[in-house]
Amino acid sequence: MFHATWEPRVHALTIALGATGRWNLDMSRSARETLPDYLNLTYYEIWLHGLEKLLIEKGLVTSDELSAGCARLAPVPVGRVLKADQVAALLAKGTPTERASVTPARFKLGQRVRTRRTPAEHHTRLPGYVRGKRGVIERVLGVHVFADSHAQGAGEDPQWLYTVVFDAAELWGSEAKLGHSVSFDAWEPYLEAA
Amino acid sequence: MEEEHSELSNVERRVRALETVMTQKGYIDPAALDVLIDTYQTKVGPRNGARVVARAWVDPAFRERLLRDATAAIAELGYSGRQGEHMIAVANAPGRHNVVVCTLCSCYPWPVLGLPPVWYKSAPYRSRVVRDPRGVLAEFGVTLPASTEIRVWDSTAEVRYLVIPERPTGTEGLSEEALAALVTRDSMIGTGLARAVGES
Repeated sequence: MFHATWEPRVHALTIALGATGRWNLDMSRSARETLPDYLNLTYYEIWLHGLEKLLIEKGLVTSDELSAGCARLAPVPVGRVLKADQVAALLAKGTPTERASVTPARFKLGQRVRTRRTPAEHHTRLPGYVRGKRGVIERVLGVHVFADSHAQGAGEDPQWLYTVVFDAAELWGSEAKLGHSVSFDAWEPYLEAA
Repeated sequence: MEEEHSELSNVERRVRALETVMTQKGYIDPAALDVLIDTYQTKVGPRNGARVVARAWVDPAFRERLLRDATAAIAELGYSGRQGEHMIAVANAPGRHNVVVCTLCSCYPWPVLGLPPVWYKSAPYRSRVVRDPRGVLAEFGVTLPASTEIRVWDSTAEVRYLVIPERPTGTEGLSEEALAALVTRDSMIGTGLARAVGES
């Protein structure tokens, strides 16, 4: 799980500072993905740099303070400082993303759909390899916080979520190996009827 | 080597600086960090998932609940929460094998499997298993019959997947605890099979 002793510290810092409530999980993922040197960093370096970036962007710290390893400005108010005796409850509760439905689902089980073709210009959870591909709705997973909106600070914007399954040949064409399928979980705005 | 060593030290210094400034500003309680580190190093791990699988092997009613509503069934054994808020269990069967990945980052069901192994987070696994699962499984030492359909589950949203491996043959007399010892981490990701009796 961890290569070096600093890695579990970064993991713990990420959870503890996330508990301040100044950003959400989707913003964390977005911060990591948009690091300029993403491809040259190890896994937990990405977490570390992403966390520093969020802290600076949200005004909790300055880059000078991080370089110096010493606080120079007064802290800003945060929603919560996680205490040791609150950790177990925080982890047990988690952050469920399912919300009540207010509109009917647009797609039904077994329906053929096509994924959006155009790449998003913001954080998204539609992987490139399934863009513009035809698949079938296999499960309807309820209404969930929409990662694309949530990452941009545009609120939860809950959307219907589906498991969509694709034949390997649809994804990989003639180089597809026989006998496999791939499914992913897609929010409704990723899909259109096929 | 020397450069690699100083590189590591730089990262360590950077983490220490971050931790110091966060503590000075009062944003973190160092004791909470210690609890978090201890939790993920000693308390949460694949033995949790192994207990879920073993229960499913011995208790058909539990297995049915697990396949219908995995979040609730897993919570019956006391496992829930962060990165396992919405669980789905997928069962292997003759002719059907399931394998889990997160191609976008490294989403993984923490309450039942702990934190992901290094290979699960690596770019080669994430990019290749959706394209050539049979080839990737072969590298893990898993060779499936050509007629077996493989399903790759890409964890793109907040749903987390747990594979229920097939129960090994010749285990009819084993206790639930002995069965759990046959359930490896990789068998619950789908890059392995449950151990045979007597296999280490």
